[in-house]
Amino acid sequence: MANAEQNSVAVHAQQKIRPSGSDSLELREVSKAFGGLIAVHQVSFVIHPGEIVALIGPNGSGKTTIFNLISGFLSPTHGEIWFEERNLKGLPAHRITSLGIGRTFQNLQVFTNMSVVENVMAGRHLRSKAGLLRTAFRLPPTQVEEKGIFEAALGKLAMVGLETESFTPPLSLPYGKQKLLEIARALATEPKLLLMDEPAGGLSTQEIEDLARLICLIQDRGITVLLVEHRMELAMGIADRVVVLNFGEKIAEGTPDEVQANEQVITAYLGEEF
Amino acid sequence: MEGTKTNKIRYLSIGLFVIVIAIMPLVARSRYYVTIGNFIGIYGIVAMGLALLIGYAGQVSMAQAAFYGIGAYTSAILTTQVGLNPWLTMVAGAILSAGVAGIIGVPLLKLEGHVLAVATLALSIVVSTFFVELRPLTGGYDGIGGIPRLSVGGFMLKADFHYYYLIWAFLFFLFILSHNIVHSRVGRALRSIHRFSGGSEMGAESLGISPTKYKVQIFMLSAAYASIAGSLYAHWVTFINPDPFGIFISILMLIMVTIGGMGSLWGAIIGSCLVFLSGELFREMVPRLIPGASGEMEMIAYGLILILILLFMPRGLVSAPALFKSWAAKATRKASG
Repeated sequence: MANAEQNSVAVHAQQKIRPSGSDSLELREVSKAFGGLIAVHQVSFVIHPGEIVALIGPNGSGKTTIFNLISGFLSPTHGEIWFEERNLKGLPAHRITSLGIGRTFQNLQVFTNMSVVENVMAGRHLRSKAGLLRTAFRLPPTQVEEKGIFEAALGKLAMVGLETESFTPPLSLPYGKQKLLEIARALATEPKLLLMDEPAGGLSTQEIEDLARLICLIQDRGITVLLVEHRMELAMGIADRVVVLNFGEKIAEGTPDEVQANEQVITAYLGEEF
Repeated sequence: MEGTKTNKIRYLSIGLFVIVIAIMPLVARSRYYVTIGNFIGIYGIVAMGLALLIGYAGQVSMAQAAFYGIGAYTSAILTTQVGLNPWLTMVAGAILSAGVAGIIGVPLLKLEGHVLAVATLALSIVVSTFFVELRPLTGGYDGIGGIPRLSVGGFMLKADFHYYYLIWAFLFFLFILSHNIVHSRVGRALRSIHRFSGGSEMGAESLGISPTKYKVQIFMLSAAYASIAGSLYAHWVTFINPDPFGIFISILMLIMVTIGGMGSLWGAIIGSCLVFLSGELFREMVPRLIPGASGEMEMIAYGLILILILLFMPRGLVSAPALFKSWAAKATRKASG
């Protein structure tokens, strides 16, 4: 009991003397329990601005849970998540997006009740202002803003290569293109950090190569990328650093080469793949 | 553009509709039809607000008649007892209704499921009790009479057909506002949170859209629409009592929206027409066919229509053209194959 109290004091002190903000995202001993099941246990890592970091691990190792913790769909049982000098504790998901964290989903969350371009236009929500009354009366400034939203959305679609499919319903797109649509939509929020949950899942080898180029392009635009990946070729090919999870705990962290040489990683993860 | 043909058809049908509405009182030459036209317009306004709420925010309100009543009573009380300008009281009613909706909406719409439906059911009962029991203000069952007429630029609106044009002008104006909202940043936000029609709250939140905020706003807007309709009603008939603001009318509004097509602004107007006309027809016909039957038989008719629509046209009457098209396509395929 006393020990726990000491710990919390120590953590508190640590918060105050937090060094200058060279980090984009920092997880500090983050844990998440669902009832008795511990999905994530004391995971800490740091992401620097401009990096591509891959979070890898076998199924059920807690990758998606960590994503949901960062993006505010779940809150940690213990530990803290910091983004650019800010503790994300208690912030709802839509507020976290407004701080500059965008994300895509493993199980696609494309809006099927609007066209492809409207999906991306919905992504411009934070970059536009017109509220209920202003949209109701559609005065010239609102029309100008609407046009800007449309053009920005087309730009993001061009970036992922979907501009020719702007007016089709998303469900008529093949799966791989729906994934690209989610990326374009997330980019439309102009994130500083983009979380991509299994972007290569279900894609063909050719599509994965295109995706790798796209992710590098995103990095070139100054966006930090954290991706969860099950497929090793993508993670190892483009990530600057890799964080390896197993059973909810971090077992290794480093460059792709370092991680691939790590004994623990080989037995826990790579052993079953190769 | 691909959509020009459908756009042409759309503008043509809108134009035709406006013309029919505009010449109806001139052709009908009967107060009875004008009165029915007024009621269809008034209920159409309420149903339109409800269609926005159901179709775009995915929420059900059982209190639309209560907001309709708040509008009517605010207009009646503030004009007869305070002597305010009728137009001002209409605005006051809309603000009050939106305020009440906001107060109950903010805590409730954070929750999952149909809590709003249950809470508005309770609100409906509370509000109608107020209308009956706050005698010094509302006159109880005796109601409030002598409500002043509206005037436009010094011209006092007296005849039923004056109100006919006023009510339908309001309906078109609110229709355009609603249409603009639906096809805008706010409309996209609403569709993005609407799970049943293909939205995703998780997806929406990942874009920085707050689902609660937009659900509350649309609920407030639907309350304001109902309230405006209530004020128009009060100034038209110049006498109100608690009768037309009870739970049955709220249910009737839901039936209108369901029959017309949830999530369609046109559907609300079509639903209002159909429910009102069939109600009149049944009240007329049933006692003739079944001697001794009361006008209450109309409720059975509403129930039957509702069941038929839900069985065969779950997306309402607005989906009828598309349905017929697919039936026709099937039939020709069968015939040729």
